[in-house]
Formats: sequence, structure tokens, C-alpha cells
Amino acid sequence: MIGAPTARPQLVRAMGVREIASGVAILGGLVAPGTAVWSRVLGDAVDLASLGAAMASPRSDRGRLLAAGAAVAGATILDVLCARQYSPGAERRKGPLPVTVSLVIDRSPEELYRHWHDFANLPTFMTYLEYVKVLDDRRSHWVAKGPAGSHIEWDAEITEDRPSEYIAWRTVGDSDVEHSGSVRFAPAAGSRGTLVTVELRYRPIGGSVGAAIASLFGKEPSQTIKMDLRRFKQVMETGEVITTEGQPAGRAQSTSWRYDSAVRT
Amino acid sequence: MKANCWYGKQDVRVVGVPDPRIINRKDAIIKVTATAICGSDLHLYNGFVPTMEKGDILGHEFMGEVVEIGPDVKKLRVGDRVVVAFPISCGQCFFCKRELYSLCENTNPNAWMAEKMFGHSPAGIFGYSHLTGGFAGGQAEYVRVPFADVGTVKIENGLTDEQVLFLSDIFPTGYMAAENCDIAPGDTVAIWGCGPVGQFAIRSAFLLGAERVIAIDRLPERLRMAQEGGAETINYEVEDVYDLLMQMTGGRGPDSCIDAVGLEAHMHGPLFYYDRLKQAMMLESDRPIALREAILACRNGGTVSVPGVYGGLIDKMPMGAVMNKALTIKTGQTHAQKYLRPLLEKIQSGAIDPSFVITHRLKLSDAPHGFATFNRKEEHCIKIVMTP
Repeated sequence: MIGAPTARPQLVRAMGVREIASGVAILGGLVAPGTAVWSRVLGDAVDLASLGAAMASPRSDRGRLLAAGAAVAGATILDVLCARQYSPGAERRKGPLPVTVSLVIDRSPEELYRHWHDFANLPTFMTYLEYVKVLDDRRSHWVAKGPAGSHIEWDAEITEDRPSEYIAWRTVGDSDVEHSGSVRFAPAAGSRGTLVTVELRYRPIGGSVGAAIASLFGKEPSQTIKMDLRRFKQVMETGEVITTEGQPAGRAQSTSWRYDSAVRT
Repeated sequence: MKANCWYGKQDVRVVGVPDPRIINRKDAIIKVTATAICGSDLHLYNGFVPTMEKGDILGHEFMGEVVEIGPDVKKLRVGDRVVVAFPISCGQCFFCKRELYSLCENTNPNAWMAEKMFGHSPAGIFGYSHLTGGFAGGQAEYVRVPFADVGTVKIENGLTDEQVLFLSDIFPTGYMAAENCDIAPGDTVAIWGCGPVGQFAIRSAFLLGAERVIAIDRLPERLRMAQEGGAETINYEVEDVYDLLMQMTGGRGPDSCIDAVGLEAHMHGPLFYYDRLKQAMMLESDRPIALREAILACRNGGTVSVPGVYGGLIDKMPMGAVMNKALTIKTGQTHAQKYLRPLLEKIQSGAIDPSFVITHRLKLSDAPHGFATFNRKEEHCIKIVMTP
């Protein structure tokens, strides 16, 4: 029917068994759904290969083979898209949230909590912030550097505060850059300081919300947050963030615009 | 001030640039009195190291006089004469506290880049591309030295610049390479590469108690210098290295082997780069001939020590030999700060005079000519020292 030269009952039966097995795997839940759907893709590949081999035979009906091939190719595309949806990383591809980054810092949880809790300190290591004004023990006003010298501002409130352990905050009111964040301080294994974990959540990128968030955290927010944590580590361990801005070079700008800004733009 | 800057493949120029200034609180400004060209500078020169930008100031082997100190510098005073270690290290982090200075966690502003290539970032380095932080280097009249208390050693009694300059890099590098061999009395150490690092590895191996050192190269002047250091030599263009080593060691092989050659002609860039930086990097299949030979020649249970610089990926690594012979591989960028004082003492006591390795003395303004000569190994060039 599909135009192949000879019917080989065993082969057809084997393919049938394969299809059924794939179906059972997908619906039965014994195997991870992503893996099960990828098995369909594998089957599709075998089908396409068989059709291709059949094309070589002079006794095959080319027209029907091509039609069958097109149908299988279409199914393959659908299967691949479906498999990707189920595979690890699908969450990330839908939109980069939530973002979780950890770093170990050689200071006590108490010291780190104290420095972070005074939000006025944040601009020393979150370089996209201009300043943060602490209003009371829960509320603060944040001003960040926007594109082309503009400013992005928002109010935030602390939603949870466990001394030397955990601080959570979120933006207040209607904001283009609506987001919530938290930082956790836990003693690191082997008395090697503190494990600091930052989590950031924001609505998926899209439209004006997306543009504002992107200008804040860059195209890869986990990268930006990690750099923030690295700078926090430098401040706490060495007293300062190391920089090459302002050093001499044989060109108009002193530092490398390409690499310094690569994450933000 | 004048500085030697990179402008492209085989294009370095000495140009006028602004003087450096104190940027971080633990910085010091050094007025350079002597600076050298390193073999690894040639990778930059030949365009094999990614993330270079036109105008980057080169140089990571330098020394001079302190002319300005930042507010948090405690151990240095204006007027002190110092040699500067090539890695930049904070002295406070997990790695610095364990004397693993070239692995400092706090001195690479571009750590995210190195992390993509290597999994984790090593320390920042002077004048060696933006992958290691993009710090302005020391082939210049003045240099800004971050974490100056950690990265310098004071020179106080009458030693000349030429005697102490190599504390910055190549002497500690050769010494650490030999130390990594865990040399026991009676040991034979084989060393691939008789460039400056190899030369220091030879002498360091003897200082550390090796009974025999066998050095491998092809250039007559380098083999001769190796012999002057006490080594027996093999010219790999004339002999089969493995066969001759087997003969010389009674079939057992050298107890340890040092690869002081490294990537030499090729440098890899893995494709783990951030999209924005994607430079078209060609994944060249390099041939780490020295490393492979060292692995095969080394005796069972021996150590292969690799000071030679590698940057990316290699093909056909004889992992089966490594495993089945129970080899130990020890490697790393030199923890130069760890060796500054101990090796200075050895120079002071007369145990070694590092200036033996110098063959050329130039002015900084001749740097382009120096690079070309060194690169082509002309005029029996082994090591070039420049003065501003």
C-alpha cells in the first residue's frame, strides 16, 4: 500500500510491535515521558530509513513511497517537538525562571546575613543597581540603571526574615519589573564558610515586562545573579570588587567593552 | 607611558598609553626596571589565544620599584624594589589559604567566561587575554599590581635585576614542575622541552635530589644549555626518544617525566562560549606529542608533571596507558607566590643564578623585534629581557 516492492510480514509485525511498545511507554508512565516520546522519534528514523532503502528498488512505486515518506516526516517533526517539551530543560526554554544560583563564601552566615540585610549595601555587588533606600525594617525603594542612562525604580518589601538564615523580598504594587527574590545562608560542609543560595522569580519574558526585566538582569539572568554572588564573595572575603575599569590600554577605551558587557546586553 | 600592546596576529607595537593608577585599595603602582617575553606570550603573538582585544598590554614577567601604594597596602612602601608574581591572588580565599595561588577565586572579573571553558575559573593573570581577566601587563614603563601585598617579594640585598626577575614566572614554574615529580633519591627525571622553563626544571630537579636528568629538544643551543645544567640530552630529530630512554634506563623508563612543551603551536577554544562572544574558533586537532611521549615513556607507577600550558582539547590521549601504568599526572599554572621567598633564598645562597638563561637584552621599544626573533628561534634565542 505504501509502495514498497515486497510485503515482508515479519518486518511489518516488528514495526507494529515497536509502535505499540512506544505507545505503552508514553501512556503507561513506567519510563520518563521525554524518553518515551524520543523512542517514537527513533522509530520514525527507522521508518524513514526503510522507505529510503525501498526507493532504491526498481520494483517500488515511487509516488506512493514519497507520499508515505512525507507522512512519516510530518509525524517525525511532531514527535520531536513533543519530546523536547518533555525533556529536561523544557522549563528553561519556556522562560528563564525561577533562577537559582549558589556560591560558597568563606565567612560566617551571621556576617553575610548582616551585610545583605542592609539593602543599601547591595549596589556594591549588584552593579545594575544605582542605589537602594531602606525606608523601614520591611520596605525599601530601589533604583536601577536602565538602558540609555534611564532609571528603573520600584518598591520592595521583605516578606520573610530569619536572622543569619534567610531573607525573602518582593516588589510591591504594579511594576514592569515585578519579581521576588530570596537569599539563604547555610553553613557549608567541612566548616568552609557559608553556602549562599539566591533564588529569583519573575513573570515570563514577553512584551514590555520582558524588556524591562531583560534590561535589568540581562539575557541570561542566572549568569547575572552568579556574577552578583561572585562580587558579593569578593566584597566579603577581600573587602572589594576587583576591576580593570580605568586601566591603561592601547585603544580608546581602557577595558574590554566586549567582555565586560557581554552578559548584560 | 610606553607599553607593548597586541594588535593582531604577529602584530605587537610599542605605543603611548595613559599611565596606570590605583583602582582597587590594595593596588600598588610599580615602575618597571626589567621585563621579559615568555614562551606563552608567543601563543598570544601567533593568534591562538581567544579573547584578545586590540590594544591589550602584554607581559607577565616583570619587576621594579614601588612608586605608589593604595590605602590598604600594608607591607610595601614607596621605593621598595620588588618582583611581581604573574598570577593575581587575593590571599584570602579557599585556594590562596592553601597556597594554591593560581586558583584564586576572587581575581578574575571575567570568571564566568573561564567557567564556561573549564568548569571553574582560575585566578586572574597579568597580560594574558580577557579569559584571565584582561589585566594590563608588564611590558610597559609602569604597571598596576592588584593585591600587591600578596603578589610581590622585596629584593633587599644587592642582587641584580637579571638574577631575580625570573622569580616572577619561569623559575617557580620549572621548580614546581620538578617538585610535582615527587623526586626520590636515585630517581631519573626526563624533561621534554629545553626552553627557559625546561632549563629551570633541569636545575630544580637536581636541587630536589634527582640523580639523573635527561632533557629532550632539537635546538643545539638549548641542548648545550641543558648539558651545562648537568643533564644528559636527546635530540628528538635524530633519535627515537622512547627507544633511547629505554636504553638509558635499562628498560624501566624514567621515574618521572616533565612536559615543558605544552600546546606550543595550537590552542583550542571549546565551543562553550557565551553566545555574544562567539568568535569563530576552529577546533584544531592539536598533537600533544610531548605529553603523549612522556606518558608512554614514564615508568609504571611514575609521575607525569605538566607545566606546559594547555588551553582546550586534545586528541588521542593515551588514557589506557595512564590507567594501566598507574601514572600520576600533576599539573597547573604555577602557584608563583608560594615560591617567591624560598627560591629567592636559593638565589641569595648562591645555589643557583637564574640569569644563565638570558641570551638577548633589548630595550622595551624593540619588543616587536624581540617577539619575532623569539618566535622564529633565530639568533640562538632562548630568553629575552627588556628594559624600558
